[in-house]
Amino acid sequence: MFYREAGDFKTSYVDDNQTFPIKFDRYRYYFVLFFAFLIVPVVINDYWVNAVFMPFLIYSIAAIGLNILVGYCGQVSLGTGGFMAVGAYACYKLMTSFPEVSIFFHVLLAGGVTALVGVAFGLPSLRIKGFYLAVATLAAQFFLVWLFNKVPWFYNHSASGQISAPERTVFGIAVTGPHTSAWATYLFCLVFVTICALLARNLTRGMQGRKWMAIRDMDIAAEIIGVDPLKSKLSAFAVSSFFIGVSGALFFSVYLGAVEVGEAFGINKSFLILFMVIIGGLGSIFGSFAGAAFLVLLPVLLKNVLVGMLGWPTDLAAHLEFMIVGAMIIIFLIAEPHGLAQLWRVAKEKLRLWPFPH
Amino acid sequence: MSNEEGYVTADGRKIGGTLMEMKNITLRFGGVKAITDISFDIKEGEIRAIIGPNGAGKSSMLNVISGFYVPQEGEVWFKGAKRPPMKPYQVAQQGIARTFQNIALFEGMSVLDNVMTGRLNHMNAGMFQQAIWKGKAEREEVENREVVEKVIDFLEIQSIRKTPVARLPYGLKKRVELARALAAEPMLLLLDEPMAGMNVEEKEDMSRFILDVNDEFGTTIALIEHDMGVVMDLSDRVVVMDYGKKIGDGTPDEVRNNQDVIDAYLGVAHD
Repeated sequence: MFYREAGDFKTSYVDDNQTFPIKFDRYRYYFVLFFAFLIVPVVINDYWVNAVFMPFLIYSIAAIGLNILVGYCGQVSLGTGGFMAVGAYACYKLMTSFPEVSIFFHVLLAGGVTALVGVAFGLPSLRIKGFYLAVATLAAQFFLVWLFNKVPWFYNHSASGQISAPERTVFGIAVTGPHTSAWATYLFCLVFVTICALLARNLTRGMQGRKWMAIRDMDIAAEIIGVDPLKSKLSAFAVSSFFIGVSGALFFSVYLGAVEVGEAFGINKSFLILFMVIIGGLGSIFGSFAGAAFLVLLPVLLKNVLVGMLGWPTDLAAHLEFMIVGAMIIIFLIAEPHGLAQLWRVAKEKLRLWPFPH
Repeated sequence: MSNEEGYVTADGRKIGGTLMEMKNITLRFGGVKAITDISFDIKEGEIRAIIGPNGAGKSSMLNVISGFYVPQEGEVWFKGAKRPPMKPYQVAQQGIARTFQNIALFEGMSVLDNVMTGRLNHMNAGMFQQAIWKGKAEREEVENREVVEKVIDFLEIQSIRKTPVARLPYGLKKRVELARALAAEPMLLLLDEPMAGMNVEEKEDMSRFILDVNDEFGTTIALIEHDMGVVMDLSDRVVVMDYGKKIGDGTPDEVRNNQDVIDAYLGVAHD
């Protein structure tokens, strides 16, 4: 009824190549953008930003990054936490070394630095595949965390070994440090999420995305039609690490404000992002958002229901929360191994025909 | 028949000069000789078949041409120049495309994306341009889409354009794979058993497509095939291999009457 392709004719290849070829999708997308940029900042408060929006937005960027590597290019990585740490520390060093430059560029540059590190750790992917590559990237995870703990230069010789973000402003409004307002940090992250999602979408729908997917689906055939495996694998590592670095930089500077590397960017983080990508759907930008939303929102929702509405003790609720989230992950993966994105696709296909069966 | 210049086929098509020449190729895997001292040439515009019993080294030969294997001895000449050892993707850039005996499509992508992948050597927008999309990347995308749509029209697969390849039946997959190879607009098209596992009707379709490709685009085609009827009908010249050696080379009629070839296929009495 509402979701129709009929009558929505495309008369040029440009029309057919759009990000959202169906009109309804396009309007929904504009509506979400409008809502996120203009409505949410007005009504938002500290609790919502810190518990829901900020982690969701920042993990979304990381999930998009990892999805490019795992979902699009088929290279399994368990080094996400380490690469986020690179982004965070690069951002910290840049913020303290060049205080006069806008933090916006620091975050982007931190992504660039992470891209370089990602390429270096992506080199083994040319020789090893699958689980073995996952183990190789695990080395990156442990090495990077160890490095940032071990070398005082990275944390500017601070006594605690932590890094903490100094106050930085964008257009005179504080986005990092202790005196930030909820809407400012939210908008700052939202801008990065929007940019990253657009870039990722453009890369994955064009020839670069096809090269990555060709390598993922059948690397021999990809090579025979002219894909340079070295270049496309390393470019996947670079782009993926760039996004992950940006998310790490935001995670540290805007969200947490101060981090200790082993705690914030440990192996848990790598798994968390990987789960987001798997639950959300491999090879889908929307899936990255869905996965991040699922793993960020579900615990918050459960907590609110169990503690807020049912009045259970917090410790009991906390334990139950783990069990329920775990069970739901399993249920979801059995019901739809291709993730939330696939569920969404199936639902859309059904809606297109509804109320007719065929 | 192997004069340097071209020749005219029985049905009156003009065949040009030598496009590719294999000179004394020997390929070993450890102690096993897959190919022993084989020479033959492929001329511009012809349909060249490589036949032989199982294990004769035909696929290995194709893999040498497409750069998967580097022969221990011998030279590969392409367009009048000796080809240095190359990676497969560099061979593709030179204008050689191929299909596989077992379908090697990208299962997770749509038919359109699969065929578009064939255009990658014709698109050179950098990664940053693609990330921005507007401008060169979009223009290239549209230009190449037009070429791809022509190929899709040609092979009559319009209706499955947006279908994920994994959902297609075998015969159509073979056709999509041909489409992907054709989209590259290759000078030389290598087909590794294009009719394997097909029924008579599908074989007829595929034969027609092969002849049309050769006729309309002037693409030189080298193919491996087991169906002798098809080979004899389609090809202009045939190379026959057995146990890694060349035992015959010539027009289908010459090959058919070659005693070595008959022996290889029917066996020979040892007394």
